[in-house]
Amino acid sequence: MRSYSAFAVAREAARYHMGWERAWASPEPKKKYEVIIIGAGGHGLATAYYLGKNFGITNVAVIEKGWLGGGNTGRNTTIIRSNYLQDPSAAIYEKARSLYETMSQDLNYNVMFSPRGVMMLAQTQHEIRGYQRTAHANALQGVTTEWISPGRVKELVPIINLDGPRYPVLGALWQARAGTARHDAVAWGYARACSDMGMHVIQKCEVTGVRQEGGKVTGVTTTRGDIGCDKLGIVVAGHSGHVADMAGFRLPVESVALQALVSEPIKPCMDVVVMANTVHGYMSQSDKGEMVIGGGADGYNNYTQRGSFHHIEETVRALVETFPMISRLKMLRQWGGIVDMTGDRSPILSKTPLEGCFINCGWGTGGFKAIPGSGWGMAELMAKGQSPLTDAFSLDRFKEGRFIDESVAAGVAH
Amino acid sequence: MLTLHCPNCGIQADETELAPGGEAHLKRYGPGSSDDEFHSYLFTRENPRGPHFERWRHAAGCGKWFLAARDTVTLEVYGTYPAQTLEPPQDIKDAITAKHPGWQWREFS
Ligand SMILES: Cc1cc2nc3c(=O)[nH]c(=O)nc-3n(C[C@H](O)[C@H](O)[C@H](O)COP(=O)(O)OP(=O)(O)OC[C@H]3O[C@@H](n4cnc5c(N)ncnc54)[C@H](O)[C@@H]3O)c2cc1C
Ligand SMILES: [Zn+2]
Repeated sequence: MRSYSAFAVAREAARYHMGWERAWASPEPKKKYEVIIIGAGGHGLATAYYLGKNFGITNVAVIEKGWLGGGNTGRNTTIIRSNYLQDPSAAIYEKARSLYETMSQDLNYNVMFSPRGVMMLAQTQHEIRGYQRTAHANALQGVTTEWISPGRVKELVPIINLDGPRYPVLGALWQARAGTARHDAVAWGYARACSDMGMHVIQKCEVTGVRQEGGKVTGVTTTRGDIGCDKLGIVVAGHSGHVADMAGFRLPVESVALQALVSEPIKPCMDVVVMANTVHGYMSQSDKGEMVIGGGADGYNNYTQRGSFHHIEETVRALVETFPMISRLKMLRQWGGIVDMTGDRSPILSKTPLEGCFINCGWGTGGFKAIPGSGWGMAELMAKGQSPLTDAFSLDRFKEGRFIDESVAAGVAH
Repeated sequence: MLTLHCPNCGIQADETELAPGGEAHLKRYGPGSSDDEFHSYLFTRENPRGPHFERWRHAAGCGKWFLAARDTVTLEVYGTYPAQTLEPPQDIKDAITAKHPGWQWREFS
Protein backbone atom coordinates (compact mmCIF):
# COMPACT_ATOMS: atom_id res chain seq x y z
CA MET A 1 0.00 0.00 0.00
CA ARG A 2 1.30 3.45 -0.89
CA SER A 3 1.35 5.81 2.02
CA TYR A 4 -0.51 9.10 2.03
CA SER A 5 1.64 12.21 2.35
CA ALA A 6 2.00 15.76 1.08
CA PHE A 7 4.43 14.34 -1.47
CA ALA A 8 1.81 11.82 -2.67
CA VAL A 9 -0.73 14.61 -3.18
CA ALA A 10 1.78 16.54 -5.30
CA ARG A 11 2.75 13.42 -7.25
CA GLU A 12 -0.86 12.53 -8.01
CA ALA A 13 -1.75 16.13 -8.87
CA ALA A 14 0.98 16.02 -11.53
CA ARG A 15 -0.77 13.05 -13.17
CA TYR A 16 -4.35 14.21 -12.88
CA HIS A 17 -5.02 12.06 -9.78
CA MET A 18 -5.16 8.90 -11.88
CA GLY A 19 -2.71 6.98 -9.72
CA TRP A 20 -4.53 6.64 -6.38
CA GLU A 21 -5.04 3.01 -5.39
CA ARG A 22 -8.18 1.72 -3.79
CA ALA A 23 -7.96 2.11 -0.02
CA TRP A 24 -9.00 -1.47 0.68
CA ALA A 25 -9.59 -4.66 -1.29
CA SER A 26 -12.99 -6.33 -1.80
CA PRO A 27 -12.01 -10.01 -1.75
CA GLU A 28 -14.17 -13.09 -2.14
CA PRO A 29 -14.61 -14.87 1.21
CA LYS A 30 -12.25 -17.79 1.87
CA LYS A 31 -13.52 -21.14 3.21
CA LYS A 32 -12.02 -20.51 6.61
CA TYR A 33 -10.25 -17.90 8.73
CA GLU A 34 -8.56 -18.05 12.09
CA VAL A 35 -10.77 -15.20 13.35
CA ILE A 36 -14.05 -13.83 12.04
CA ILE A 37 -15.39 -10.52 13.30
CA ILE A 38 -19.07 -9.83 12.57
CA GLY A 39 -19.67 -6.12 12.00
CA ALA A 40 -17.40 -3.63 10.21
CA GLY A 41 -18.15 -0.70 12.48
CA GLY A 42 -15.36 1.04 14.34
CA HIS A 43 -15.23 -1.52 17.15
CA GLY A 44 -15.11 -4.54 14.84
CA LEU A 45 -12.46 -3.01 12.58
CA ALA A 46 -10.35 -1.80 15.51
CA THR A 47 -10.51 -5.29 17.04
CA ALA A 48 -9.22 -6.77 13.78
CA TYR A 49 -6.54 -4.10 13.46
CA TYR A 50 -5.08 -4.71 16.94
CA LEU A 51 -5.30 -8.48 16.49
CA GLY A 52 -2.89 -7.97 13.61
CA LYS A 53 -0.80 -5.16 15.00
CA ASN A 54 -0.41 -6.35 18.61
CA PHE A 55 -0.68 -10.12 18.23
CA GLY A 56 0.34 -10.88 14.65
CA ILE A 57 -2.99 -12.57 13.91
CA THR A 58 -3.82 -11.56 10.34
CA ASN A 59 -5.84 -14.50 9.04
CA VAL A 60 -8.93 -12.47 9.85
CA ALA A 61 -12.19 -11.58 8.10
CA VAL A 62 -14.46 -8.71 9.09
CA ILE A 63 -17.94 -9.45 7.76
CA GLU A 64 -20.41 -6.62 7.25
CA LYS A 65 -24.01 -6.87 6.10
CA GLY A 66 -24.12 -3.35 4.67
CA TRP A 67 -21.17 -1.08 3.97
CA LEU A 68 -18.32 -0.56 6.40
CA GLY A 69 -18.98 2.24 8.84
CA GLY A 70 -22.66 2.34 7.84
CA GLY A 71 -23.93 1.51 11.32
CA ASN A 72 -23.61 3.75 14.34
CA THR A 73 -19.99 4.48 13.55
CA GLY A 74 -21.14 6.59 10.60
CA ARG A 75 -24.13 8.03 12.45
CA ASN A 76 -22.77 9.46 15.66
CA THR A 77 -21.96 13.00 16.72
CA THR A 78 -18.25 12.14 17.20
CA ILE A 79 -17.74 13.29 20.78
CA ILE A 80 -14.59 11.84 22.35
CA ARG A 81 -14.02 12.17 26.10
CA SER A 82 -12.95 10.02 29.02
CA ASN A 83 -14.43 11.78 32.07
CA TYR A 84 -16.36 8.78 33.37
CA LEU A 85 -16.84 7.91 37.03
CA GLN A 86 -15.83 4.29 37.61
CA ASP A 87 -12.24 3.04 37.36
CA PRO A 88 -12.77 0.37 34.66
CA SER A 89 -14.50 2.98 32.48
CA ALA A 90 -11.79 5.58 33.01
CA ALA A 91 -9.19 2.98 32.02
CA ILE A 92 -10.75 1.95 28.71
CA TYR A 93 -12.06 5.39 27.68
CA GLU A 94 -8.78 7.11 28.56
CA LYS A 95 -6.81 4.46 26.67
CA ALA A 96 -9.08 5.18 23.69
CA ARG A 97 -8.73 8.96 23.99
CA SER A 98 -4.96 8.73 24.12
CA LEU A 99 -4.90 6.39 21.09
CA TYR A 100 -7.02 8.93 19.20
CA GLU A 101 -4.23 11.48 19.69
CA THR A 102 -1.87 9.44 17.51
CA MET A 103 -4.38 7.59 15.34
CA SER A 104 -3.83 9.62 12.16
CA GLN A 105 -0.07 8.93 12.29
CA ASP A 106 -0.54 5.31 13.32
CA LEU A 107 -2.98 4.55 10.49
CA ASN A 108 -1.45 6.99 8.00
CA TYR A 109 -5.01 8.24 7.57
CA ASN A 110 -6.28 11.65 8.62
CA VAL A 111 -9.07 11.04 11.13
CA MET A 112 -9.19 14.77 11.91
CA PHE A 113 -8.96 14.28 15.66
CA SER A 114 -9.67 17.69 17.14
CA PRO A 115 -8.92 17.93 20.87
CA ARG A 116 -10.99 21.06 21.21
CA GLY A 117 -12.28 20.36 24.71
CA VAL A 118 -15.57 18.99 25.99
CA MET A 119 -17.65 20.89 28.51
CA MET A 120 -20.48 19.28 30.48
CA LEU A 121 -22.74 21.96 31.91
CA ALA A 122 -24.09 21.74 35.44
CA GLN A 123 -27.56 23.26 35.47
CA THR A 124 -28.90 21.96 38.79
CA GLN A 125 -27.42 21.63 42.30
CA HIS A 126 -27.52 17.89 41.83
CA GLU A 127 -25.34 18.14 38.73
CA ILE A 128 -22.82 20.38 40.51
CA ARG A 129 -22.29 17.66 43.11
CA GLY A 130 -22.24 14.93 40.48
CA TYR A 131 -19.62 16.62 38.31
CA GLN A 132 -17.43 17.68 41.22
CA ARG A 133 -17.45 14.04 42.28
CA THR A 134 -16.47 13.03 38.75
CA ALA A 135 -13.66 15.60 38.70
CA HIS A 136 -12.31 14.15 41.98
CA ALA A 137 -12.62 10.58 40.69
CA ASN A 138 -10.84 11.57 37.47
CA ALA A 139 -7.99 13.14 39.47
CA LEU A 140 -7.46 9.80 41.22
CA GLN A 141 -7.66 7.93 37.89
CA GLY A 142 -5.10 10.17 36.21
CA VAL A 143 -7.64 11.62 33.80
CA THR A 144 -7.22 15.38 33.55
CA THR A 145 -10.54 17.15 34.08
CA GLU A 146 -11.50 20.19 36.10
CA TRP A 147 -14.53 21.86 37.57
CA ILE A 148 -14.90 25.36 36.12
CA SER A 149 -16.96 28.41 37.09
CA PRO A 150 -19.75 30.01 35.04
CA GLY A 151 -17.35 32.88 34.25
CA ARG A 152 -14.86 30.47 32.68
CA VAL A 153 -17.72 28.78 30.79
CA LYS A 154 -18.64 32.13 29.24
CA GLU A 155 -15.01 32.79 28.30
CA LEU A 156 -14.78 29.46 26.48
CA VAL A 157 -18.26 29.68 24.92
CA PRO A 158 -19.18 33.32 24.29
CA ILE A 159 -22.49 32.40 22.61
CA ILE A 160 -23.84 30.73 25.76
CA ASN A 161 -26.65 32.20 27.86
CA LEU A 162 -25.64 31.65 31.49
CA ASP A 163 -28.84 32.74 33.19
CA GLY A 164 -31.56 30.95 31.29
CA PRO A 165 -34.80 31.16 33.28
CA ARG A 166 -35.35 27.43 33.68
CA TYR A 167 -31.81 26.09 33.73
CA PRO A 168 -29.07 28.60 34.59
CA VAL A 169 -25.48 27.49 34.00
CA LEU A 170 -23.91 26.91 37.43
CA GLY A 171 -20.51 25.66 36.30
CA ALA A 172 -19.14 22.81 34.22
CA LEU A 173 -16.94 19.76 34.10
CA TRP A 174 -14.22 20.56 31.57
CA GLN A 175 -11.92 18.10 29.81
CA ALA A 176 -9.52 20.15 27.72
CA ARG A 177 -7.99 17.18 25.86
CA ALA A 178 -11.32 15.71 24.81
CA GLY A 179 -12.87 16.61 21.46
CA THR A 180 -14.13 15.17 18.18
CA ALA A 181 -12.87 13.20 15.15
CA ARG A 182 -14.17 12.41 11.70
CA HIS A 183 -16.25 9.25 12.28
CA ASP A 184 -16.17 7.81 8.73
CA ALA A 185 -12.43 8.31 8.55
CA VAL A 186 -11.96 6.20 11.68
CA ALA A 187 -13.74 3.26 10.01
CA TRP A 188 -12.01 3.85 6.66
CA GLY A 189 -8.57 4.23 8.21
CA TYR A 190 -8.86 0.98 10.15
CA ALA A 191 -10.31 -0.85 7.12
CA ARG A 192 -7.40 0.32 4.96
CA ALA A 193 -4.85 -0.76 7.56
CA CYS A 194 -6.57 -4.16 8.03
CA SER A 195 -6.69 -4.75 4.29
CA ASP A 196 -3.01 -3.82 4.08
CA MET A 197 -2.19 -6.54 6.63
CA GLY A 198 -3.93 -9.07 4.36
CA MET A 199 -7.17 -9.24 6.30
CA HIS A 200 -10.46 -9.51 4.41
CA VAL A 201 -13.09 -6.83 4.90
CA ILE A 202 -16.17 -8.40 3.31
CA GLN A 203 -19.06 -6.03 2.73
CA LYS A 204 -22.66 -6.77 1.70
CA CYS A 205 -22.51 -10.13 3.44
CA GLU A 206 -25.00 -10.72 6.24
CA VAL A 207 -24.37 -13.30 8.92
CA THR A 208 -27.55 -15.35 9.25
CA GLY A 209 -26.38 -18.11 11.56
CA VAL A 210 -23.59 -19.14 13.90
CA ARG A 211 -22.33 -22.70 13.47
CA GLN A 212 -21.14 -24.73 16.42
CA GLU A 213 -20.07 -28.25 17.31
CA GLY A 214 -19.84 -29.66 20.80
CA GLY A 215 -20.31 -26.26 22.44
CA LYS A 216 -17.56 -24.68 20.35
CA VAL A 217 -17.93 -22.20 17.52
CA THR A 218 -16.93 -23.48 14.08
CA GLY A 219 -18.03 -20.70 11.74
CA VAL A 220 -20.88 -18.63 10.42
CA THR A 221 -23.59 -18.96 7.81
CA THR A 222 -23.84 -15.90 5.60
CA THR A 223 -25.67 -14.64 2.54
CA ARG A 224 -22.47 -15.53 0.65
CA GLY A 225 -22.15 -19.07 1.97
CA ASP A 226 -20.69 -20.80 5.01
CA ILE A 227 -17.39 -19.50 6.35
CA GLY A 228 -15.39 -21.35 9.00
CA CYS A 229 -13.37 -19.92 11.89
CA ASP A 230 -11.60 -20.88 15.11
CA LYS A 231 -12.68 -17.75 16.95
CA LEU A 232 -15.64 -15.46 16.42
CA GLY A 233 -16.15 -11.88 17.59
CA ILE A 234 -19.69 -10.46 17.56
CA VAL A 235 -19.43 -6.67 17.27
CA VAL A 236 -22.78 -5.54 15.90
CA ALA A 237 -24.05 -2.82 18.31
CA GLY A 238 -27.85 -2.52 18.05
CA HIS A 239 -28.13 -5.96 16.44
CA SER A 240 -26.29 -7.76 19.25
CA GLY A 241 -29.37 -9.42 20.71
CA HIS A 242 -30.33 -10.76 17.31
CA VAL A 243 -26.89 -12.22 16.53
CA ALA A 244 -26.41 -13.55 20.09
CA ASP A 245 -29.68 -15.38 19.57
CA MET A 246 -28.09 -17.14 16.54
CA ALA A 247 -25.21 -18.17 18.81
CA GLY A 248 -27.66 -19.48 21.40
CA PHE A 249 -27.35 -17.07 24.31
CA ARG A 250 -29.20 -14.03 25.58
CA LEU A 251 -27.90 -10.58 26.42
CA PRO A 252 -28.90 -7.96 28.98
CA VAL A 253 -29.28 -5.46 26.14
CA GLU A 254 -32.16 -3.56 24.57
CA SER A 255 -32.08 -1.81 21.19
CA VAL A 256 -33.49 1.68 20.85
CA ALA A 257 -33.18 4.57 18.41
CA LEU A 258 -30.89 7.51 19.05
CA GLN A 259 -31.13 10.53 16.80
CA ALA A 260 -28.98 13.46 15.79
CA LEU A 261 -29.29 16.43 13.46
CA VAL A 262 -27.20 19.14 11.84
CA SER A 263 -28.00 22.72 10.93
CA GLU A 264 -27.12 24.69 7.85
CA PRO A 265 -23.44 25.74 7.94
CA ILE A 266 -22.65 29.05 9.62
CA LYS A 267 -19.49 31.01 10.42
CA PRO A 268 -17.34 29.62 13.25
CA CYS A 269 -19.06 30.46 16.53
CA MET A 270 -18.19 27.72 19.03
CA ASP A 271 -14.88 25.88 19.16
CA VAL A 272 -15.60 23.44 21.99
CA VAL A 273 -18.17 20.67 22.49
CA VAL A 274 -20.93 21.58 24.96
CA MET A 275 -23.14 18.99 26.61
CA ALA A 276 -26.18 19.87 28.71
CA ASN A 277 -27.31 16.65 30.32
CA THR A 278 -30.18 17.96 32.42
CA VAL A 279 -32.00 19.21 29.36
CA HIS A 280 -30.76 16.30 27.21
CA GLY A 281 -28.97 18.15 24.47
CA TYR A 282 -25.47 18.71 23.23
CA MET A 283 -23.87 20.62 20.41
CA SER A 284 -20.60 21.17 18.56
CA GLN A 285 -19.66 22.86 15.31
CA SER A 286 -18.28 20.78 12.46
CA ASP A 287 -15.41 21.93 10.28
CA LYS A 288 -17.98 22.66 7.57
CA GLY A 289 -19.73 25.04 9.98
CA GLU A 290 -22.81 22.95 10.68
CA MET A 291 -24.03 22.83 14.25
CA VAL A 292 -24.08 19.12 15.17
CA ILE A 293 -26.82 18.42 17.68
CA GLY A 294 -27.83 15.35 19.62
CA GLY A 295 -30.12 14.46 22.47
CA GLY A 296 -31.48 11.58 24.48
CA ALA A 297 -32.39 8.14 23.17
CA ASP A 298 -35.99 7.34 22.31
CA GLY A 299 -37.85 5.39 24.94
CA TYR A 300 -38.97 2.19 23.23
CA ASN A 301 -37.46 -0.82 21.44
CA ASN A 302 -36.79 -0.06 17.81
CA TYR A 303 -34.74 -1.48 14.93
CA THR A 304 -35.75 0.99 12.23
CA GLN A 305 -32.94 3.60 12.42
CA ARG A 306 -35.71 6.19 12.60
CA GLY A 307 -36.74 7.97 15.76
CA SER A 308 -39.68 10.05 16.90
CA PHE A 309 -39.82 13.66 15.90
CA HIS A 310 -40.82 14.96 19.31
CA HIS A 311 -37.44 13.94 20.73
CA ILE A 312 -35.76 16.23 18.21
CA GLU A 313 -38.16 18.97 19.20
CA GLU A 314 -37.38 18.54 22.91
CA THR A 315 -33.63 18.62 22.30
CA VAL A 316 -33.74 21.72 20.16
CA ARG A 317 -36.16 23.49 22.50
CA ALA A 318 -33.78 22.96 25.40
CA LEU A 319 -30.71 24.08 23.48
CA VAL A 320 -32.37 27.25 22.25
CA GLU A 321 -32.66 28.45 25.84
CA THR A 322 -28.93 27.95 26.42
CA PHE A 323 -27.85 29.12 22.95
CA PRO A 324 -30.41 31.78 21.90
CA MET A 325 -28.53 32.53 18.67
CA ILE A 326 -29.43 29.14 17.19
CA SER A 327 -33.15 29.89 17.30
CA ARG A 328 -33.16 31.07 13.66
CA LEU A 329 -31.01 28.25 12.30
CA LYS A 330 -32.48 25.93 9.69
CA MET A 331 -31.87 22.25 10.28
CA LEU A 332 -30.51 20.36 7.29
CA ARG A 333 -30.56 16.69 8.13
CA GLN A 334 -31.77 14.37 10.86
CA TRP A 335 -31.04 10.66 11.23
CA GLY A 336 -31.07 7.82 13.71
CA GLY A 337 -29.03 4.80 14.71
CA ILE A 338 -29.95 1.73 16.72
CA VAL A 339 -28.04 1.69 19.99
CA ASP A 340 -27.61 -1.24 22.37
CA MET A 341 -28.38 -0.24 25.95
CA THR A 342 -27.30 -2.22 29.01
CA GLY A 343 -28.72 -1.86 32.52
CA ASP A 344 -25.65 -0.14 33.97
CA ARG A 345 -24.93 1.92 30.81
CA SER A 346 -21.53 0.25 30.46
CA PRO A 347 -20.41 -1.98 27.59
CA ILE A 348 -19.93 -5.74 27.51
CA LEU A 349 -16.56 -7.09 26.28
CA SER A 350 -16.59 -10.72 27.13
CA LYS A 351 -16.32 -14.40 26.49
CA THR A 352 -19.71 -16.00 25.96
CA PRO A 353 -21.32 -19.32 26.88
CA LEU A 354 -20.27 -20.55 23.40
CA GLU A 355 -16.57 -21.49 23.44
CA GLY A 356 -14.46 -19.48 21.02
CA CYS A 357 -17.19 -16.86 20.64
CA PHE A 358 -16.63 -13.38 22.07
CA ILE A 359 -18.90 -10.36 22.24
CA ASN A 360 -18.29 -6.62 22.21
CA CYS A 361 -21.53 -4.64 22.61
CA GLY A 362 -23.56 -2.42 24.90
CA TRP A 363 -21.73 0.79 23.98
CA GLY A 364 -25.18 2.27 23.64
CA THR A 365 -25.17 5.99 23.01
CA GLY A 366 -21.49 6.57 23.63
CA GLY A 367 -19.12 4.13 21.98
CA PHE A 368 -17.50 6.18 19.24
CA LYS A 369 -15.05 7.67 21.73
CA ALA A 370 -14.07 4.18 22.83
CA ILE A 371 -13.27 2.62 19.47
CA PRO A 372 -9.46 2.33 19.69
CA GLY A 373 -9.41 1.36 23.39
CA SER A 374 -12.17 -1.18 22.88
CA GLY A 375 -10.40 -2.68 19.86
CA TRP A 376 -7.15 -2.83 21.82
CA GLY A 377 -8.75 -4.66 24.75
CA MET A 378 -10.99 -6.87 22.64
CA ALA A 379 -8.03 -8.03 20.53
CA GLU A 380 -6.14 -8.97 23.69
CA LEU A 381 -9.21 -10.75 25.07
CA MET A 382 -9.63 -12.74 21.85
CA ALA A 383 -5.94 -13.54 21.48
CA LYS A 384 -5.12 -14.36 25.12
CA GLY A 385 -8.47 -15.11 26.76
CA GLN A 386 -8.26 -12.13 29.09
CA SER A 387 -7.32 -8.46 29.16
CA PRO A 388 -6.91 -5.93 31.99
CA LEU A 389 -8.91 -3.42 29.94
CA THR A 390 -11.93 -5.69 29.45
CA ASP A 391 -12.07 -8.07 32.41
CA ALA A 392 -14.44 -5.90 34.47
CA PHE A 393 -16.84 -5.64 31.51
CA SER A 394 -17.65 -9.34 31.36
CA LEU A 395 -21.14 -10.65 30.63
CA ASP A 396 -21.53 -12.32 34.02
CA ARG A 397 -21.21 -9.04 35.93
CA PHE A 398 -24.99 -8.60 35.86
CA LYS A 399 -25.65 -11.94 37.49
CA GLU A 400 -22.91 -11.29 40.02
CA GLY A 401 -24.06 -7.75 40.81
CA ARG A 402 -20.73 -6.18 39.77
CA PHE A 403 -22.24 -3.26 37.92
CA ILE A 404 -20.14 -0.51 36.40
CA ASP A 405 -22.72 2.15 36.99
CA GLU A 406 -22.28 5.00 34.54
CA SER A 407 -25.84 6.22 34.47
CA VAL A 408 -24.64 9.68 35.51
CA ALA A 409 -21.67 9.94 33.16
CA ALA A 410 -23.45 8.32 30.23
CA GLY A 411 -27.05 9.20 31.09
CA VAL A 412 -27.48 11.43 28.10
CA ALA A 413 -26.71 10.28 24.60
CA HIS A 414 -23.20 10.93 23.35
CA MET B 1 -45.99 9.61 15.06
CA LEU B 2 -46.77 6.46 17.00
CA THR B 3 -50.37 6.38 18.21
CA LEU B 4 -51.78 3.73 20.54
CA HIS B 5 -55.37 3.07 21.54
CA CYS B 6 -55.68 3.37 25.33
CA PRO B 7 -57.97 0.55 26.45
CA ASN B 8 -58.61 2.36 29.75
CA CYS B 9 -60.09 5.62 28.51
CA GLY B 10 -60.75 4.66 24.90
CA ILE B 11 -58.65 7.42 23.38
CA GLN B 12 -56.30 7.04 20.41
CA ALA B 13 -53.28 8.53 22.18
CA ASP B 14 -50.32 10.27 20.55
CA GLU B 15 -46.83 9.20 21.50
CA THR B 16 -46.28 12.52 23.26
CA GLU B 17 -49.04 11.60 25.75
CA LEU B 18 -47.52 8.22 26.46
CA ALA B 19 -44.65 6.97 28.58
CA PRO B 20 -42.98 3.73 27.51
CA GLY B 21 -42.59 1.14 30.27
CA GLY B 22 -40.49 -1.64 28.74
CA GLU B 23 -41.21 -5.29 28.10
CA ALA B 24 -44.53 -6.72 29.30
CA HIS B 25 -45.37 -10.07 30.90
CA LEU B 26 -42.07 -10.34 32.76
CA LYS B 27 -41.91 -13.21 35.16
CA ARG B 28 -41.18 -11.62 38.53
CA TYR B 29 -39.01 -13.91 40.62
CA GLY B 30 -38.97 -13.44 44.38
CA PRO B 31 -37.06 -14.59 47.46
CA GLY B 32 -35.63 -18.10 47.14
CA SER B 33 -35.20 -17.89 43.38
CA SER B 34 -31.92 -18.83 41.73
CA ASP B 35 -29.30 -16.38 40.41
CA ASP B 36 -30.26 -17.32 36.86
CA GLU B 37 -33.91 -16.55 37.51
CA PHE B 38 -33.11 -13.17 39.04
CA HIS B 39 -30.78 -12.44 36.17
CA SER B 40 -33.47 -13.14 33.61
CA TYR B 41 -36.08 -11.13 35.52
CA LEU B 42 -33.86 -8.12 36.14
CA PHE B 43 -31.71 -7.91 33.04
CA THR B 44 -32.27 -10.15 30.05
CA ARG B 45 -35.06 -8.93 27.79
CA GLU B 46 -36.51 -10.41 24.63
CA ASN B 47 -35.42 -7.37 22.61
CA PRO B 48 -36.86 -9.00 19.47
CA ARG B 49 -36.40 -7.82 15.91
CA GLY B 50 -40.12 -8.10 15.25
CA PRO B 51 -43.25 -8.32 17.44
CA HIS B 52 -42.72 -6.96 20.97
CA PHE B 53 -45.13 -7.03 23.91
CA GLU B 54 -44.66 -3.94 25.98
CA ARG B 55 -46.03 -1.72 28.73
CA TRP B 56 -47.19 1.83 28.17
CA ARG B 57 -48.65 4.43 30.52
CA HIS B 58 -51.15 6.96 29.31
CA ALA B 59 -49.16 9.53 31.28
CA ALA B 60 -50.64 12.76 29.96
CA GLY B 61 -54.11 11.25 29.68
CA CYS B 62 -55.94 8.98 32.08
CA GLY B 63 -52.64 8.06 33.77
CA LYS B 64 -53.24 4.32 33.58
CA TRP B 65 -51.05 1.48 32.37
CA PHE B 66 -51.90 -0.77 29.43
CA LEU B 67 -50.10 -3.25 27.19
CA ALA B 68 -49.37 -3.14 23.47
CA ALA B 69 -48.06 -5.50 20.81
CA ARG B 70 -45.88 -3.55 18.41
CA ASP B 71 -43.41 -4.53 15.71
CA THR B 72 -39.91 -3.14 16.29
CA VAL B 73 -39.00 -3.46 12.60
CA THR B 74 -42.12 -2.15 10.83
CA LEU B 75 -43.48 -0.09 13.77
CA GLU B 76 -46.87 -1.69 13.08
CA VAL B 77 -49.17 -1.92 16.11
CA TYR B 78 -50.93 -5.29 16.37
CA GLY B 79 -53.19 -4.12 19.15
CA THR B 80 -53.42 -2.90 22.74
CA TYR B 81 -54.98 -4.62 25.74
CA PRO B 82 -55.52 -4.08 29.48
CA ALA B 83 -52.56 -4.24 31.85
CA GLN B 84 -54.40 -6.84 33.92
CA THR B 85 -53.95 -9.44 31.15
CA LEU B 86 -51.50 -12.24 31.91
CA GLU B 87 -50.97 -13.25 28.31
CA PRO B 88 -51.54 -11.49 24.94
CA PRO B 89 -55.12 -12.05 23.69
CA GLN B 90 -55.62 -14.62 20.92
CA ASP B 91 -56.65 -12.07 18.28
CA ILE B 92 -53.35 -10.25 18.74
CA LYS B 93 -51.39 -13.49 18.55
CA ASP B 94 -53.32 -14.32 15.36
CA ALA B 95 -52.52 -10.92 13.86
CA ILE B 96 -48.83 -11.51 14.57
CA THR B 97 -48.89 -15.03 13.14
CA ALA B 98 -50.59 -13.72 9.98
CA LYS B 99 -47.70 -11.28 9.45
CA HIS B 100 -44.92 -13.56 10.70
CA PRO B 101 -45.86 -17.20 10.10
CA GLY B 102 -44.17 -19.36 12.69
CA TRP B 103 -43.14 -16.45 14.95
CA GLN B 104 -42.31 -17.81 18.40
CA TRP B 105 -42.73 -16.08 21.71
CA ARG B 106 -41.74 -17.27 25.13
CA GLU B 107 -44.14 -18.90 27.55
CA PHE B 108 -46.10 -16.36 29.49
CA SER B 109 -47.77 -17.63 32.68
C1 LIG C 1 -27.15 9.52 16.73
C2 LIG C 1 -25.99 8.94 17.47
C3 LIG C 1 -25.08 9.78 18.10
C4 LIG C 1 -23.98 9.25 18.79
N1 LIG C 1 -23.07 10.12 19.31
C5 LIG C 1 -21.95 9.63 19.89
C6 LIG C 1 -20.93 10.53 20.34
O1 LIG C 1 -21.02 11.76 20.19
N2 LIG C 1 -19.83 10.00 20.94
C7 LIG C 1 -19.69 8.65 21.12
O2 LIG C 1 -18.69 8.25 21.71
N3 LIG C 1 -20.62 7.77 20.68
C8 LIG C 1 -21.75 8.23 20.07
N4 LIG C 1 -22.71 7.36 19.61
C9 LIG C 1 -22.54 5.92 19.83
C10 LIG C 1 -21.60 5.31 18.81
O3 LIG C 1 -21.99 5.67 17.51
C11 LIG C 1 -21.62 3.78 18.92
O4 LIG C 1 -21.46 3.36 20.25
C12 LIG C 1 -20.48 3.16 18.10
O5 LIG C 1 -20.40 3.74 16.83
C13 LIG C 1 -20.69 1.68 17.99
O6 LIG C 1 -19.75 1.16 17.08
P1 LIG C 1 -19.84 -0.35 16.66
O7 LIG C 1 -18.68 -0.61 15.78
O8 LIG C 1 -19.99 -1.18 17.88
O9 LIG C 1 -21.23 -0.46 15.91
P2 LIG C 1 -21.69 -0.09 14.41
O10 LIG C 1 -20.90 1.03 13.86
O11 LIG C 1 -23.16 0.05 14.44
O12 LIG C 1 -21.25 -1.37 13.61
C14 LIG C 1 -21.92 -2.61 13.70
C15 LIG C 1 -21.98 -3.17 12.31
O13 LIG C 1 -22.48 -4.50 12.38
C16 LIG C 1 -23.20 -4.73 11.20
N5 LIG C 1 -24.07 -5.89 11.38
C17 LIG C 1 -25.17 -5.99 12.18
N6 LIG C 1 -25.73 -7.22 12.06
C18 LIG C 1 -24.95 -7.91 11.18
C19 LIG C 1 -25.02 -9.22 10.64
N7 LIG C 1 -25.98 -10.09 10.99
N8 LIG C 1 -24.07 -9.61 9.74
C20 LIG C 1 -23.07 -8.74 9.38
N9 LIG C 1 -22.97 -7.49 9.86
C21 LIG C 1 -23.91 -7.07 10.74
C22 LIG C 1 -23.96 -3.43 10.97
O14 LIG C 1 -24.37 -3.28 9.63
C23 LIG C 1 -22.92 -2.39 11.40
O15 LIG C 1 -22.20 -1.85 10.33
C24 LIG C 1 -23.82 7.85 18.90
C25 LIG C 1 -24.74 7.00 18.29
C26 LIG C 1 -25.81 7.53 17.56
C27 LIG C 1 -26.76 6.60 16.89
ZN1 LIG D 1 -56.04 6.47 28.73
